[in-house]
Amino acid sequence: MLQVQGLTLQYKTEKHLVTATYRVSFDVFGGDRFVLLGPSGCGKSTLLKAIGGYMAATEGAIALNGQPIRGPGPDRIFVFQEFDQLLPWKTVKQNVVFALEASGKLCGKDADAQAMRYIDKVNLTKFASSYPHTLSGGMKQRVAIARAMAMEPAVLLMDEPFAALDALTRRKMQEELLALWADTRFTVLFVTHSIPEAVLIGNRILLMSPHPGQVKGELNSDGSDPVDPASGRKLSDRIHDLLFADRIEQEEAVTHD
Amino acid sequence: MTDMNTAERLLGDPPTRREYLRDVVASRDIGVVEKPLTLAQQIVNQAWLRKALILVVIAAAWQLYALHLNNPLMVPTFSATFEAWQAGIAGGDLLVKVWNSVLLLLKGYGLGLSLAMCFTALAMMSRIGNDLLETLTSAFNPLPAIALLPLAFLWFGLGDISIIFVLVHSVLWAVALNTHSGFKSVSSTLRMVGRNYGLKGPRFIAKILVPAAFPSIVTGLKIGWAFAWRTLIAAELVFGVSSGQGGLGWYIYENKSMLDIPAMFAGLLTVILIGLVVENLIFRNVESVTVRRWGMQQ
Repeated sequence: MLQVQGLTLQYKTEKHLVTATYRVSFDVFGGDRFVLLGPSGCGKSTLLKAIGGYMAATEGAIALNGQPIRGPGPDRIFVFQEFDQLLPWKTVKQNVVFALEASGKLCGKDADAQAMRYIDKVNLTKFASSYPHTLSGGMKQRVAIARAMAMEPAVLLMDEPFAALDALTRRKMQEELLALWADTRFTVLFVTHSIPEAVLIGNRILLMSPHPGQVKGELNSDGSDPVDPASGRKLSDRIHDLLFADRIEQEEAVTHD
Repeated sequence: MTDMNTAERLLGDPPTRREYLRDVVASRDIGVVEKPLTLAQQIVNQAWLRKALILVVIAAAWQLYALHLNNPLMVPTFSATFEAWQAGIAGGDLLVKVWNSVLLLLKGYGLGLSLAMCFTALAMMSRIGNDLLETLTSAFNPLPAIALLPLAFLWFGLGDISIIFVLVHSVLWAVALNTHSGFKSVSSTLRMVGRNYGLKGPRFIAKILVPAAFPSIVTGLKIGWAFAWRTLIAAELVFGVSSGQGGLGWYIYENKSMLDIPAMFAGLLTVILIGLVVENLIFRNVESVTVRRWGMQQ
C-alpha cells in the first residue's frame, strides 16, 4: 500500500549538507503496525516527515496506493511527540472537529458526531469541552490520537508519540493503542527508539543503522517477544545485538581515524 | 572506593524488613475538606479593588499636597479639579470634545490595523514581503508620529485627514512588528499540524497563525492604542482646532490659555481616565476570553 523505494533524503544546515537516509526501501501493507526502529541519528523521523510530504526526496520515490507523494495531505495524518500539537485555543472536541472541517472531510453535525465517536474511543468524553492546557500529557496525546483517527487516514504516522510521557502512562497508552487497533484495524507507521516499545507495538519492525540511515533488516513481531528457535535468543535481545553491533563498528572506525 | 567502604562501615547494611500490602481508603470516604475564604480575604483578592485603592491614595496625596502648596494656578486641589470635571461633563462641552477625539482615534486606529494586517499577511506569504516589512518597521517605528504632523499638514491641509495620517503611522508599525514576531514564533509543530490538515495561504494564516500568535497580537494592539492616543492628544494640543470644535487636547490647551487651571487638570484627568478604562475594561476582557482561557497567558 505504501511503497518507499531507494529513498535518499538530504537536508541543509547552515554549513553542511546532511544525508539523513541512504537508499531506504520498504513496503507497508494495509493493517500493518509498521515500526521504524533505530538509534537517534538514523533518520527515522526525517523518513516519516518525507512520507508526510514535508520533505522532497533527493533520490528514490514514495507512493501511497500507487500515487506519488507531492506534499502534506489529510490521507497521511501525523501524531507528533510534542504536546503542543493540539490547538490551545480550541477545546478537545473543537480540535477534532477542526481537523475534519479544515480538511473538508466532514462538516456540521457529521463532523460533531464523528469527533465524539473517536473522543469516546480514547475515553475522553467527559473532557470534550476542556481546553488542552487543563489536560495531562497522556490525555493530550490521546486527543491527538483521536483527532488523527477521526480523519480515518490511509496511514497514521506516529513520531515517537509516547516518548515524552512518564513510564507508567506510556505503558498504558501502548496498551490502549493496541486495543484501538484491534477495534478499527488502521494502518500505522510508528517511529521509536525503544526496543521494548517496538516489540510490543509492531507486527513488522524495520531496523535502521545510523549516519546515514540505512535499512538493516525487517523482523516480524507478535508482541510477546518470542524466543527465536534458530539462535535461541529473545526477539528484543536479537534486536539489541543487531543495533549494538553497529555501535562497536562505529567506535572502531573512530579509533582508526 | 575508600569513601564507599567508610560509608559502609559507618552505616552497615540496611535491615531486612517485611513486605506488606494493604487496601487503601476509597477517595469518596475521605471527603474533601474545603474552607471558604473569609470576607476580608475575598475582598483583598479582587484586583480591581486593590487598583481602585491605589487611585484613591494618589488622589488623597494630590489633595493634601495642593492644600499644603495653596497655589491654585500651579496645582489646583483634587476637589476643585473634580468639580471642574463635573461641570465640564454637565455642560456637555467636555463630552463633545471626548467624542470628537475618540471618533478620530477609532478612524486612525482602524485604518492602521487594517494596513498592519495587509503588511503582515504579505510578509508571511512571500520573502520579498517579509523583507519589505522588516525594512519599513525598522525605518519608521522609531520615527515619532508627531514629527510627521507638519508634513501631513503640508500634504493634506488642516483637517482630520492629517491627524488620521499620523495616527495610522503611530499604530501601523507597532502592530505590524508585534504581529509579525508573533507569527514567526509559532511552533513548527503547530505549523505542520495546520499543513497536515490541508490549510494553505490565507486560511492557514487565519486558522493557525493568528490564534497561535494572539498573545503578541494583543500586546501589539495595546501598544498601538497607547501610541495612537498620545499622538492624538499631542497633535490636538500642538495644532489646536483642526476642524469643527476640536478634541480633548484642544480642551486642555484652551483652558490653559484662559487660565482655567482646574478645567485644564480636568482635561488631563479625562485623558488618564480613558486610558484606564480602555486598558482595564476592554483589553482585560479581550484577554480573559482569549489568551487566558486558552492557557497561553497566566
